[in-house]
Amino acid sequence: MISEEQVRHVANLARLGLTEEEIERMGGELGAILDSIEKIRELDLTDVPPTANPLNLSNVLRSDEPRAELPREEALAPAPESADDLFAVPRID
Amino acid sequence: MAGSGNLLGLTAHELAKSVEAGEISAREAAEAANARVEEVETEVNAFVTTTPELALERAKRTDARDGDRRLWESVPLAVKDVLSTRGVKTTCGSKILEGFEPLYDASVLVNFGGDLIMVGKSNMDEFAMGSSTENSAFGPTRNPWDLDRVPGGSSGGSAAAVAAGEGWWALGTDTGGSVRQPAALCGIVGLKPTYGRVSRFGLIAFGSSLDVVGPMTRDVRDSALLLQAIAGHDPRDSTSANVEVPDYLSELDGGVEGLRVGVVTELMDERIDAGVREVTGRVAEGLEGAGAEVGEVNLPHAYYALEAYYIIAPAEVSSNLSRFDGVRYGLRVPAEGVHEMYRRTREEGFGAEAKRRIMLGTYALSSGYYEAYYAQAQKVRTKIVEDFRAAYSRYDVLISPTSPSVAFEIGAKTGDPLAMYLQDICAVPASLAGIPAINIPGGLSDGLPVGVQLMSDHFTESMLLRAARVAEQVADFEFALKP
Repeated sequence: MISEEQVRHVANLARLGLTEEEIERMGGELGAILDSIEKIRELDLTDVPPTANPLNLSNVLRSDEPRAELPREEALAPAPESADDLFAVPRID
Repeated sequence: MAGSGNLLGLTAHELAKSVEAGEISAREAAEAANARVEEVETEVNAFVTTTPELALERAKRTDARDGDRRLWESVPLAVKDVLSTRGVKTTCGSKILEGFEPLYDASVLVNFGGDLIMVGKSNMDEFAMGSSTENSAFGPTRNPWDLDRVPGGSSGGSAAAVAAGEGWWALGTDTGGSVRQPAALCGIVGLKPTYGRVSRFGLIAFGSSLDVVGPMTRDVRDSALLLQAIAGHDPRDSTSANVEVPDYLSELDGGVEGLRVGVVTELMDERIDAGVREVTGRVAEGLEGAGAEVGEVNLPHAYYALEAYYIIAPAEVSSNLSRFDGVRYGLRVPAEGVHEMYRRTREEGFGAEAKRRIMLGTYALSSGYYEAYYAQAQKVRTKIVEDFRAAYSRYDVLISPTSPSVAFEIGAKTGDPLAMYLQDICAVPASLAGIPAINIPGGLSDGLPVGVQLMSDHFTESMLLRAARVAEQVADFEFALKP
Protein backbone atom coordinates (compact mmCIF):
# COMPACT_ATOMS: atom_id res chain seq x y z
CA MET A 1 0.00 0.00 0.00
CA ILE A 2 1.32 3.43 -0.79
CA SER A 3 -0.27 6.47 0.82
CA GLU A 4 -2.75 8.78 -0.81
CA GLU A 5 -0.26 11.60 -0.36
CA GLN A 6 2.42 9.66 -2.28
CA VAL A 7 -0.06 8.82 -5.04
CA ARG A 8 -0.92 12.51 -5.42
CA HIS A 9 2.78 13.45 -5.42
CA VAL A 10 3.69 10.92 -8.14
CA ALA A 11 0.63 11.81 -10.25
CA ASN A 12 1.72 15.44 -10.09
CA LEU A 13 5.25 14.53 -11.21
CA ALA A 14 3.70 12.68 -14.19
CA ARG A 15 1.25 15.55 -14.93
CA LEU A 16 -1.46 12.92 -14.76
CA GLY A 17 -4.95 13.77 -13.57
CA LEU A 18 -6.66 11.07 -11.51
CA THR A 19 -10.20 10.94 -10.16
CA GLU A 20 -10.68 10.51 -6.39
CA GLU A 21 -11.72 6.93 -7.05
CA GLU A 22 -8.58 6.29 -9.13
CA ILE A 23 -6.38 7.77 -6.41
CA GLU A 24 -7.91 5.45 -3.84
CA ARG A 25 -7.56 2.36 -6.03
CA MET A 26 -4.05 3.25 -7.24
CA GLY A 27 -2.60 3.18 -3.71
CA GLY A 28 -3.58 -0.47 -3.24
CA GLU A 29 -2.68 -1.59 -6.76
CA LEU A 30 0.73 0.06 -6.82
CA GLY A 31 1.40 -1.28 -3.33
CA ALA A 32 0.63 -4.84 -4.42
CA ILE A 33 2.81 -4.54 -7.54
CA LEU A 34 5.69 -3.00 -5.55
CA ASP A 35 5.42 -5.78 -2.93
CA SER A 36 5.79 -8.39 -5.67
CA ILE A 37 8.78 -6.56 -7.14
CA GLU A 38 10.43 -6.21 -3.72
CA LYS A 39 12.22 -9.56 -4.17
CA ILE A 40 14.84 -8.13 -6.55
CA ARG A 41 16.20 -6.22 -3.56
CA GLU A 42 17.26 -9.47 -1.91
CA LEU A 43 20.04 -9.89 -4.52
CA ASP A 44 23.43 -8.45 -3.61
CA LEU A 45 24.49 -6.74 -6.85
CA THR A 46 26.82 -4.12 -5.41
CA ASP A 47 29.59 -4.56 -7.99
CA VAL A 48 27.41 -5.46 -10.96
CA PRO A 49 27.36 -2.82 -13.73
CA PRO A 50 23.90 -1.75 -14.96
CA THR A 51 22.60 -2.62 -18.45
CA ALA A 52 20.68 0.14 -20.22
CA ASN A 53 20.89 -1.22 -23.77
CA PRO A 54 21.16 -4.93 -24.59
CA LEU A 55 23.67 -4.35 -27.40
CA ASN A 56 25.76 -1.98 -25.27
CA LEU A 57 25.90 0.61 -28.01
CA SER A 58 27.46 3.92 -27.14
CA ASN A 59 27.90 7.25 -28.88
CA VAL A 60 26.25 6.57 -32.23
CA LEU A 61 27.02 9.78 -34.11
CA ARG A 62 26.01 11.27 -37.41
CA SER A 63 27.42 14.25 -39.24
CA ASP A 64 25.91 17.56 -38.22
CA GLU A 65 24.42 18.59 -41.53
CA PRO A 66 21.05 20.21 -42.21
CA ARG A 67 18.55 17.95 -43.96
CA ALA A 68 15.09 18.42 -45.39
CA GLU A 69 12.52 18.00 -42.63
CA LEU A 70 8.74 18.22 -42.45
CA PRO A 71 7.39 21.51 -43.80
CA ARG A 72 6.04 23.69 -40.99
CA GLU A 73 2.48 23.62 -42.27
CA GLU A 74 2.44 19.84 -42.36
CA ALA A 75 3.98 19.50 -38.90
CA LEU A 76 1.31 21.79 -37.45
CA ALA A 77 -1.59 19.99 -39.15
CA PRO A 78 -2.26 17.39 -36.38
CA ALA A 79 -1.98 19.97 -33.57
CA PRO A 80 -5.14 20.69 -31.54
CA GLU A 81 -4.38 24.41 -31.82
CA SER A 82 -1.82 26.55 -33.64
CA ALA A 83 -1.23 30.29 -33.99
CA ASP A 84 1.31 32.35 -35.93
CA ASP A 85 2.84 29.16 -37.42
CA LEU A 86 3.51 27.81 -33.93
CA PHE A 87 1.92 25.28 -31.56
CA ALA A 88 -0.47 27.17 -29.31
CA VAL A 89 -0.94 26.31 -25.62
CA PRO A 90 -2.94 27.85 -22.77
CA ARG A 91 -1.28 30.32 -20.41
CA ILE A 92 1.95 28.91 -18.92
CA ASP A 93 1.44 28.94 -15.17
CA MET B 1 -2.72 -24.58 -59.22
CA ALA B 2 -4.14 -21.95 -56.96
CA GLY B 3 -7.38 -20.40 -58.11
CA SER B 4 -8.85 -17.53 -56.12
CA GLY B 5 -11.26 -19.96 -54.43
CA ASN B 6 -8.60 -21.66 -52.31
CA LEU B 7 -6.28 -18.68 -52.04
CA LEU B 8 -6.95 -18.44 -48.32
CA GLY B 9 -5.49 -21.90 -47.82
CA LEU B 10 -2.03 -20.85 -49.01
CA THR B 11 0.81 -19.66 -46.83
CA ALA B 12 2.18 -16.19 -47.58
CA HIS B 13 5.22 -17.74 -49.28
CA GLU B 14 3.05 -19.98 -51.46
CA LEU B 15 0.86 -17.03 -52.39
CA ALA B 16 3.92 -14.92 -53.24
CA LYS B 17 5.24 -17.72 -55.47
CA SER B 18 1.88 -18.04 -57.25
CA VAL B 19 1.84 -14.32 -57.97
CA GLU B 20 5.44 -14.47 -59.15
CA ALA B 21 4.51 -17.32 -61.51
CA GLY B 22 1.66 -15.23 -62.91
CA GLU B 23 -1.02 -17.70 -61.75
CA ILE B 24 -2.86 -15.11 -59.71
CA SER B 25 -2.61 -11.37 -59.22
CA ALA B 26 -1.98 -9.29 -56.12
CA ARG B 27 -5.36 -7.69 -56.76
CA GLU B 28 -7.08 -11.08 -56.47
CA ALA B 29 -5.19 -11.67 -53.24
CA ALA B 30 -6.28 -8.29 -51.86
CA GLU B 31 -9.88 -8.98 -52.85
CA ALA B 32 -9.78 -12.34 -51.08
CA ALA B 33 -8.31 -10.77 -47.93
CA ASN B 34 -10.87 -7.94 -47.96
CA ALA B 35 -13.71 -10.43 -48.37
CA ARG B 36 -12.42 -12.49 -45.46
CA VAL B 37 -12.22 -9.35 -43.27
CA GLU B 38 -15.81 -8.58 -44.23
CA GLU B 39 -16.83 -12.13 -43.33
CA VAL B 40 -15.29 -12.52 -39.86
CA GLU B 41 -14.46 -9.07 -38.52
CA THR B 42 -17.74 -8.50 -36.66
CA GLU B 43 -16.95 -11.62 -34.62
CA VAL B 44 -13.19 -11.22 -34.22
CA ASN B 45 -12.63 -7.42 -34.04
CA ALA B 46 -8.99 -7.78 -35.07
CA PHE B 47 -8.78 -4.23 -36.42
CA VAL B 48 -9.16 -0.67 -35.19
CA THR B 49 -9.28 0.54 -38.80
CA THR B 50 -9.78 -1.52 -41.96
CA THR B 51 -8.41 -0.20 -45.24
CA PRO B 52 -9.96 -2.24 -48.10
CA GLU B 53 -9.76 0.49 -50.77
CA LEU B 54 -6.15 1.24 -49.95
CA ALA B 55 -5.30 -2.47 -50.15
CA LEU B 56 -6.94 -2.77 -53.58
CA GLU B 57 -5.36 0.37 -54.99
CA ARG B 58 -1.88 -0.67 -53.85
CA ALA B 59 -2.41 -4.22 -55.10
CA LYS B 60 -3.15 -2.86 -58.55
CA ARG B 61 0.04 -0.80 -58.44
CA THR B 62 1.95 -3.88 -57.28
CA ASP B 63 0.59 -5.87 -60.23
CA ALA B 64 1.64 -3.06 -62.57
CA ARG B 65 5.23 -3.41 -61.30
CA ASP B 66 5.43 -6.99 -62.62
CA GLY B 67 9.11 -7.86 -63.02
CA ASP B 68 10.16 -5.08 -60.63
CA ARG B 69 9.01 -6.28 -57.24
CA ARG B 70 10.37 -8.38 -54.46
CA LEU B 71 8.78 -11.72 -53.59
CA TRP B 72 6.92 -10.58 -50.47
CA GLU B 73 5.38 -7.41 -51.90
CA SER B 74 2.28 -9.07 -53.37
CA VAL B 75 1.08 -10.55 -50.07
CA PRO B 76 -1.59 -8.58 -48.09
CA LEU B 77 -0.59 -7.69 -44.54
CA ALA B 78 -2.13 -6.52 -41.25
CA VAL B 79 -0.19 -3.79 -39.44
CA LYS B 80 -0.33 -3.26 -35.67
CA ASP B 81 -1.82 0.11 -34.85
CA VAL B 82 1.35 1.20 -33.04
CA LEU B 83 3.26 1.53 -36.34
CA SER B 84 2.92 4.95 -37.97
CA THR B 85 1.20 4.92 -41.35
CA ARG B 86 1.22 8.15 -43.33
CA GLY B 87 -2.31 9.49 -43.73
CA VAL B 88 -3.89 6.39 -42.15
CA LYS B 89 -5.25 6.63 -38.61
CA THR B 90 -2.86 5.32 -35.97
CA THR B 91 -4.31 5.10 -32.46
CA CYS B 92 -2.12 2.74 -30.41
CA GLY B 93 -5.44 1.49 -29.03
CA SER B 94 -5.77 4.76 -27.12
CA LYS B 95 -8.38 7.49 -26.91
CA ILE B 96 -5.56 10.02 -26.65
CA LEU B 97 -4.65 9.34 -30.31
CA GLU B 98 -8.17 8.83 -31.67
CA GLY B 99 -8.23 10.14 -35.24
CA PHE B 100 -4.48 10.86 -35.37
CA GLU B 101 -2.95 10.56 -38.85
CA PRO B 102 0.85 10.29 -38.83
CA LEU B 103 2.96 12.39 -41.17
CA TYR B 104 5.28 9.58 -42.21
CA ASP B 105 5.51 5.79 -42.49
CA ALA B 106 7.47 3.64 -40.04
CA SER B 107 10.78 2.48 -41.55
CA VAL B 108 9.72 -1.20 -41.44
CA LEU B 109 6.86 -0.38 -43.79
CA VAL B 110 9.15 1.59 -46.11
CA ASN B 111 11.53 -1.39 -46.14
CA PHE B 112 8.68 -3.76 -47.03
CA GLY B 113 7.83 -1.58 -50.04
CA GLY B 114 6.01 1.61 -50.95
CA ASP B 115 2.92 -0.20 -52.21
CA LEU B 116 2.50 -2.33 -49.09
CA ILE B 117 -0.89 -4.02 -49.41
CA MET B 118 -2.30 -3.23 -45.98
CA VAL B 119 -5.71 -4.65 -45.09
CA GLY B 120 -5.96 -2.68 -41.86
CA LYS B 121 -4.46 -1.43 -38.60
CA SER B 122 -4.76 -4.17 -36.03
CA ASN B 123 -6.08 -3.84 -32.51
CA MET B 124 -3.83 -3.87 -29.46
CA ASP B 125 -3.61 -3.19 -25.76
CA GLU B 126 -3.28 0.57 -25.25
CA PHE B 127 0.29 1.63 -26.13
CA ALA B 128 1.16 -2.10 -26.24
CA MET B 129 0.71 -2.55 -22.48
CA GLY B 130 -1.17 -5.74 -21.74
CA SER B 131 -1.38 -9.45 -22.46
CA SER B 132 -4.96 -9.82 -23.65
CA THR B 133 -5.88 -6.89 -25.98
CA GLU B 134 -8.61 -6.05 -23.46
CA ASN B 135 -6.86 -2.74 -22.70
CA SER B 136 -7.84 -1.30 -26.09
CA ALA B 137 -10.05 1.80 -26.10
CA PHE B 138 -11.75 0.25 -29.14
CA GLY B 139 -13.04 -2.98 -27.59
CA PRO B 140 -11.35 -6.34 -27.10
CA THR B 141 -10.27 -8.62 -29.93
CA ARG B 142 -11.62 -12.18 -29.70
CA ASN B 143 -9.58 -15.32 -30.14
CA PRO B 144 -10.58 -16.97 -33.44
CA TRP B 145 -10.21 -20.40 -31.77
CA ASP B 146 -12.84 -19.55 -29.14
CA LEU B 147 -14.60 -16.21 -29.38
CA ASP B 148 -15.15 -16.07 -25.61
CA ARG B 149 -11.39 -16.07 -25.01
CA VAL B 150 -8.67 -13.45 -25.38
CA PRO B 151 -6.17 -13.58 -28.26
CA GLY B 152 -3.32 -12.61 -25.93
CA GLY B 153 -1.55 -9.29 -26.24
CA SER B 154 -0.50 -6.76 -26.83
CA SER B 155 -0.41 -7.68 -30.56
CA GLY B 156 -3.69 -9.60 -30.18
CA GLY B 157 -5.29 -8.01 -33.23
CA SER B 158 -2.36 -9.02 -35.44
CA ALA B 159 -2.39 -12.59 -34.08
CA ALA B 160 -6.15 -12.96 -34.49
CA ALA B 161 -6.00 -11.51 -38.02
CA VAL B 162 -3.45 -14.14 -39.09
CA ALA B 163 -5.32 -17.00 -37.39
CA ALA B 164 -8.57 -15.87 -39.06
CA GLY B 165 -7.01 -15.24 -42.48
CA GLU B 166 -7.63 -11.48 -42.44
CA GLY B 167 -4.44 -10.97 -44.39
CA TRP B 168 -1.82 -13.71 -44.79
CA TRP B 169 0.56 -12.26 -42.25
CA ALA B 170 0.97 -9.36 -39.86
CA LEU B 171 3.44 -7.11 -38.12
CA GLY B 172 3.39 -6.97 -34.35
CA THR B 173 5.68 -5.43 -31.78
CA ASP B 174 7.26 -7.13 -28.79
CA THR B 175 8.46 -5.36 -25.65
CA GLY B 176 7.98 -8.15 -23.10
CA GLY B 177 6.31 -10.88 -25.16
CA SER B 178 3.74 -8.92 -27.17
CA VAL B 179 4.45 -10.80 -30.42
CA ARG B 180 5.17 -14.22 -28.93
CA GLN B 181 2.40 -14.61 -26.34
CA PRO B 182 -0.52 -13.71 -28.67
CA ALA B 183 1.05 -15.92 -31.35
CA ALA B 184 1.05 -18.73 -28.76
CA LEU B 185 -2.59 -18.16 -27.79
CA CYS B 186 -3.78 -17.96 -31.42
CA GLY B 187 -1.76 -20.89 -32.80
CA ILE B 188 0.55 -19.00 -35.15
CA VAL B 189 4.28 -18.29 -35.49
CA GLY B 190 5.58 -15.08 -33.87
CA LEU B 191 9.19 -13.91 -34.04
CA LYS B 192 10.84 -11.29 -31.87
CA PRO B 193 14.10 -10.51 -33.71
CA THR B 194 17.29 -9.38 -31.97
CA TYR B 195 16.92 -5.91 -30.45
CA GLY B 196 18.16 -3.47 -33.12
CA ARG B 197 17.81 -5.93 -36.03
CA VAL B 198 14.72 -4.01 -37.17
CA SER B 199 14.31 -0.25 -37.11
CA ARG B 200 12.08 1.33 -34.45
CA PHE B 201 11.69 4.59 -36.40
CA GLY B 202 7.95 5.28 -36.64
CA LEU B 203 7.14 2.66 -34.01
CA ILE B 204 5.39 4.69 -31.31
CA ALA B 205 7.64 3.96 -28.35
CA PHE B 206 6.72 1.93 -25.24
CA GLY B 207 10.02 0.67 -23.78
CA SER B 208 12.76 2.01 -26.01
CA SER B 209 15.48 -0.38 -24.79
CA LEU B 210 13.15 -3.38 -25.34
CA ASP B 211 10.81 -2.64 -28.29
CA VAL B 212 11.22 -4.77 -31.43
CA VAL B 213 8.99 -5.14 -34.50
CA GLY B 214 8.34 -8.77 -35.42
CA PRO B 215 6.65 -10.98 -38.03
CA MET B 216 3.44 -12.86 -37.14
CA THR B 217 2.79 -15.61 -39.66
CA ARG B 218 1.23 -18.99 -40.46
CA ASP B 219 4.52 -20.84 -40.52
CA VAL B 220 8.27 -20.46 -40.08
CA ARG B 221 9.02 -19.98 -43.79
CA ASP B 222 6.65 -17.01 -43.85
CA SER B 223 8.39 -15.69 -40.75
CA ALA B 224 11.78 -15.82 -42.50
CA LEU B 225 10.36 -14.07 -45.56
CA LEU B 226 8.70 -11.28 -43.58
CA LEU B 227 11.84 -10.76 -41.49
CA GLN B 228 13.76 -10.44 -44.77
CA ALA B 229 11.31 -7.74 -45.83
CA ILE B 230 11.69 -5.55 -42.73
CA ALA B 231 15.21 -6.11 -41.32
CA GLY B 232 18.12 -3.74 -41.72
CA HIS B 233 20.07 -0.80 -40.36
CA ASP B 234 18.32 2.56 -40.32
CA PRO B 235 20.27 5.80 -39.87
CA ARG B 236 17.08 7.31 -38.41
CA ASP B 237 17.14 4.86 -35.48
CA SER B 238 20.46 5.21 -33.68
CA THR B 239 19.79 1.98 -31.73
CA SER B 240 19.36 -0.06 -34.91
CA ALA B 241 22.29 -2.38 -35.54
CA ASN B 242 24.66 -1.86 -38.44
CA VAL B 243 24.94 -5.60 -39.04
CA GLU B 244 24.58 -7.22 -42.45
CA VAL B 245 21.20 -8.88 -43.15
CA PRO B 246 21.70 -12.49 -44.30
CA ASP B 247 19.40 -14.44 -46.62
CA TYR B 248 17.02 -15.92 -44.05
CA LEU B 249 15.51 -18.43 -46.45
CA SER B 250 18.70 -20.00 -47.77
CA GLU B 251 19.51 -22.28 -44.82
CA LEU B 252 15.97 -22.67 -43.52
CA ASP B 253 15.71 -26.36 -44.38
CA GLY B 254 19.16 -27.30 -43.09
CA GLY B 255 17.77 -29.38 -40.21
CA VAL B 256 18.98 -29.68 -36.59
CA GLU B 257 21.51 -32.52 -36.84
CA GLY B 258 24.07 -31.89 -34.09
CA LEU B 259 22.37 -28.69 -32.89
CA ARG B 260 22.58 -28.36 -29.09
CA VAL B 261 19.18 -27.58 -27.56
CA GLY B 262 18.75 -26.69 -23.87
CA VAL B 263 15.43 -26.97 -22.03
CA VAL B 264 15.24 -24.05 -19.55
CA THR B 265 14.63 -25.57 -16.10
CA GLU B 266 13.39 -22.34 -14.48
CA LEU B 267 10.67 -21.93 -17.14
CA MET B 268 9.35 -25.47 -16.75
CA ASP B 269 8.27 -25.30 -13.09
CA GLU B 270 4.82 -25.38 -11.47
CA ARG B 271 4.04 -21.80 -12.49
CA ILE B 272 3.45 -23.25 -15.95
CA ASP B 273 0.29 -25.28 -16.62
CA ALA B 274 0.93 -29.02 -16.88
CA GLY B 275 -0.56 -29.25 -20.37
CA VAL B 276 1.79 -26.52 -21.60
CA ARG B 277 4.85 -28.22 -20.07
CA GLU B 278 3.84 -31.50 -21.64
CA VAL B 279 3.59 -30.05 -25.16
CA THR B 280 6.93 -28.24 -24.72
CA GLY B 281 8.56 -31.49 -23.63
CA ARG B 282 7.17 -33.30 -26.65
CA VAL B 283 8.57 -30.71 -29.05
CA ALA B 284 11.99 -31.01 -27.35
CA GLU B 285 11.79 -34.80 -27.82
CA GLY B 286 10.84 -34.23 -31.45
CA LEU B 287 13.94 -32.11 -31.98
CA GLU B 288 16.03 -34.86 -30.39
CA GLY B 289 14.43 -37.36 -32.76
CA ALA B 290 15.43 -35.10 -35.65
CA GLY B 291 19.09 -35.22 -34.61
CA ALA B 292 19.50 -32.43 -32.04
CA GLU B 293 21.39 -32.98 -28.77
CA VAL B 294 18.91 -32.07 -26.05
CA GLY B 295 19.85 -31.30 -22.44
CA GLU B 296 18.80 -29.11 -19.53
CA VAL B 297 20.04 -25.60 -18.87
CA ASN B 298 19.71 -23.12 -16.01
CA LEU B 299 18.97 -19.40 -16.19
CA PRO B 300 19.13 -18.72 -12.43
CA HIS B 301 18.10 -15.07 -12.68
CA ALA B 302 15.03 -15.87 -14.77
CA TYR B 303 13.22 -15.91 -11.40
CA TYR B 304 13.87 -12.18 -11.14
CA ALA B 305 13.22 -11.27 -14.78
CA LEU B 306 9.53 -10.43 -14.45
CA GLU B 307 10.21 -8.15 -11.49
CA ALA B 308 13.07 -6.36 -13.28
CA TYR B 309 10.93 -6.02 -16.38
CA TYR B 310 8.05 -4.49 -14.43
CA ILE B 311 10.40 -1.77 -13.21
CA ILE B 312 12.34 -1.07 -16.41
CA ALA B 313 9.42 -1.12 -18.85
CA PRO B 314 7.14 1.19 -16.79
CA ALA B 315 10.11 3.52 -16.15
CA GLU B 316 10.62 3.85 -19.91
CA VAL B 317 6.87 4.23 -20.43
CA SER B 318 6.59 7.06 -17.95
CA SER B 319 9.15 8.92 -20.01
CA ASN B 320 7.90 7.92 -23.49
CA LEU B 321 4.23 8.69 -22.81
CA SER B 322 5.06 12.19 -21.61
CA ARG B 323 4.89 13.23 -25.27
CA PHE B 324 1.10 12.84 -25.13
CA ASP B 325 0.37 16.21 -23.60
CA GLY B 326 -2.24 17.78 -25.86
CA VAL B 327 0.23 20.10 -27.59
CA ARG B 328 1.39 18.66 -30.93
CA TYR B 329 -1.15 15.93 -31.78
CA GLY B 330 -4.02 13.92 -30.39
CA LEU B 331 -6.54 14.81 -27.74
CA ARG B 332 -6.56 18.12 -25.89
CA VAL B 333 -8.93 18.82 -23.01
CA PRO B 334 -9.07 22.62 -22.70
CA ALA B 335 -8.15 24.29 -19.41
CA GLU B 336 -7.12 27.70 -18.13
CA GLY B 337 -3.42 27.00 -17.60
CA VAL B 338 -1.02 24.67 -19.39
CA HIS B 339 -0.44 22.35 -16.42
CA GLU B 340 -4.12 21.80 -15.86
CA MET B 341 -4.48 21.16 -19.62
CA TYR B 342 -1.76 18.47 -19.42
CA ARG B 343 -3.40 16.81 -16.41
CA ARG B 344 -6.94 16.81 -17.80
CA THR B 345 -5.86 15.66 -21.28
CA ARG B 346 -3.93 12.73 -19.82
CA GLU B 347 -6.67 11.89 -17.31
CA GLU B 348 -9.24 11.73 -20.09
CA GLY B 349 -7.03 10.20 -22.79
CA PHE B 350 -5.27 7.31 -21.02
CA GLY B 351 -6.93 4.08 -19.89
CA ALA B 352 -6.45 2.33 -16.53
CA GLU B 353 -3.39 0.21 -17.40
CA ALA B 354 -1.54 3.10 -19.08
CA LYS B 355 -2.15 5.21 -15.96
CA ARG B 356 -0.99 2.40 -13.68
CA ARG B 357 2.27 1.97 -15.59
CA ILE B 358 2.95 5.69 -15.80
CA MET B 359 2.48 5.88 -12.03
CA LEU B 360 4.63 2.82 -11.38
CA GLY B 361 7.42 4.07 -13.62
CA THR B 362 7.34 7.60 -12.27
CA TYR B 363 7.46 6.21 -8.72
CA ALA B 364 10.41 3.91 -9.54
CA LEU B 365 12.35 6.81 -11.06
CA SER B 366 11.48 9.35 -8.38
CA SER B 367 13.91 10.73 -5.86
CA GLY B 368 14.59 8.27 -3.02
CA TYR B 369 13.45 5.16 -4.95
CA TYR B 370 15.66 5.28 -8.06
CA GLU B 371 18.54 3.24 -6.57
CA ALA B 372 16.31 0.67 -4.89
CA TYR B 373 14.19 -0.04 -7.94
CA TYR B 374 15.44 1.21 -11.31
CA ALA B 375 19.19 0.93 -10.72
CA GLN B 376 18.76 -2.50 -9.11
CA ALA B 377 16.60 -3.68 -12.03
CA GLN B 378 19.28 -2.61 -14.51
CA LYS B 379 21.80 -4.72 -12.58
CA VAL B 380 19.44 -7.71 -12.64
CA ARG B 381 19.33 -7.15 -16.38
CA THR B 382 23.11 -7.57 -16.51
CA LYS B 383 22.84 -10.86 -14.57
CA ILE B 384 20.23 -12.13 -17.04
CA VAL B 385 22.49 -11.23 -19.98
CA GLU B 386 25.30 -13.16 -18.23
CA ASP B 387 23.01 -16.17 -17.64
CA PHE B 388 22.24 -16.34 -21.36
CA ARG B 389 25.91 -15.94 -22.26
CA ALA B 390 26.77 -18.91 -20.07
CA ALA B 391 23.91 -20.94 -21.54
CA TYR B 392 25.03 -20.23 -25.10
CA SER B 393 28.53 -21.49 -24.34
CA ARG B 394 26.92 -24.94 -24.02
CA TYR B 395 23.81 -24.72 -26.19
CA ASP B 396 22.86 -23.22 -29.56
CA VAL B 397 19.14 -22.90 -28.94
CA LEU B 398 17.11 -22.75 -25.73
CA ILE B 399 13.55 -24.05 -25.48
CA SER B 400 10.72 -23.22 -23.06
CA PRO B 401 6.99 -22.56 -23.09
CA THR B 402 6.00 -19.16 -24.51
CA SER B 403 3.06 -18.52 -22.19
CA PRO B 404 2.23 -20.24 -18.89
CA SER B 405 -1.30 -21.08 -20.09
CA VAL B 406 -3.50 -21.42 -23.13
CA ALA B 407 -5.96 -18.61 -24.00
CA PHE B 408 -8.07 -17.56 -21.01
CA GLU B 409 -11.61 -16.21 -20.95
CA ILE B 410 -12.32 -12.57 -21.66
CA GLY B 411 -12.60 -10.75 -18.33
CA ALA B 412 -10.85 -13.49 -16.31
CA LYS B 413 -7.82 -11.39 -15.36
CA THR B 414 -8.89 -7.78 -15.94
CA GLY B 415 -9.40 -7.10 -12.23
CA ASP B 416 -5.98 -8.40 -11.22
CA PRO B 417 -2.98 -6.68 -12.84
CA LEU B 418 -0.48 -9.05 -11.19
CA ALA B 419 -2.20 -12.15 -12.62
CA MET B 420 -2.07 -10.53 -16.04
CA TYR B 421 1.64 -9.69 -15.67
CA LEU B 422 2.38 -13.38 -14.94
CA GLN B 423 1.45 -14.15 -18.56
CA ASP B 424 4.86 -12.69 -19.46
CA ILE B 425 7.12 -14.83 -17.22
CA CYS B 426 8.53 -16.95 -20.03
CA ALA B 427 8.84 -14.09 -22.51
CA VAL B 428 10.61 -11.32 -20.57
CA PRO B 429 14.08 -12.90 -20.10
CA ALA B 430 14.73 -12.75 -23.88
CA SER B 431 13.39 -9.19 -23.99
CA LEU B 432 15.75 -7.99 -21.27
CA ALA B 433 18.72 -9.68 -22.98
CA GLY B 434 17.71 -8.40 -26.43
CA ILE B 435 18.06 -11.87 -27.96
CA PRO B 436 15.85 -13.30 -30.72
CA ALA B 437 13.00 -15.61 -29.70
CA ILE B 438 10.26 -17.29 -31.67
CA ASN B 439 6.92 -18.90 -30.83
CA ILE B 440 5.78 -21.93 -32.74
CA PRO B 441 2.49 -23.75 -32.15
CA GLY B 442 3.52 -26.97 -30.40
CA GLY B 443 0.18 -28.73 -30.15
CA LEU B 444 -3.11 -28.46 -28.29
CA SER B 445 -4.15 -28.56 -24.64
CA ASP B 446 -7.87 -28.58 -23.83
CA GLY B 447 -8.47 -28.03 -27.54
CA LEU B 448 -6.54 -24.74 -27.57
CA PRO B 449 -3.09 -23.97 -29.05
CA VAL B 450 0.03 -24.22 -26.88
CA GLY B 451 3.02 -22.07 -27.81
CA VAL B 452 6.62 -23.26 -27.56
CA GLN B 453 9.44 -20.72 -27.47
CA LEU B 454 12.90 -21.12 -28.99
CA MET B 455 15.64 -18.59 -28.18
CA SER B 456 19.16 -18.07 -29.53
CA ASP B 457 22.04 -15.61 -29.28
CA HIS B 458 22.10 -12.07 -30.76
CA PHE B 459 21.83 -11.94 -34.58
CA THR B 460 21.51 -15.72 -35.03
CA GLU B 461 17.99 -15.59 -36.49
CA SER B 462 19.02 -17.86 -39.40
CA MET B 463 19.86 -20.70 -37.01
CA LEU B 464 16.82 -19.97 -34.83
CA LEU B 465 14.50 -20.14 -37.85
CA ARG B 466 16.15 -23.39 -39.00
CA ALA B 467 15.50 -24.95 -35.58
CA ALA B 468 11.97 -23.55 -35.50
CA ARG B 469 11.30 -25.02 -38.94
CA VAL B 470 12.07 -28.49 -37.62
CA ALA B 471 10.12 -27.79 -34.42
CA GLU B 472 6.97 -26.97 -36.37
CA GLN B 473 7.43 -30.10 -38.48
CA VAL B 474 7.69 -32.39 -35.45
CA ALA B 475 4.86 -30.58 -33.59
CA ASP B 476 1.41 -32.09 -33.53
CA PHE B 477 -0.24 -29.03 -35.09
CA GLU B 478 -1.53 -27.98 -38.50
CA PHE B 479 -2.52 -24.41 -39.35
CA ALA B 480 -6.19 -24.10 -40.29
CA LEU B 481 -8.28 -20.93 -40.55
CA LYS B 482 -10.53 -20.11 -37.59
CA PRO B 483 -13.32 -19.42 -36.79
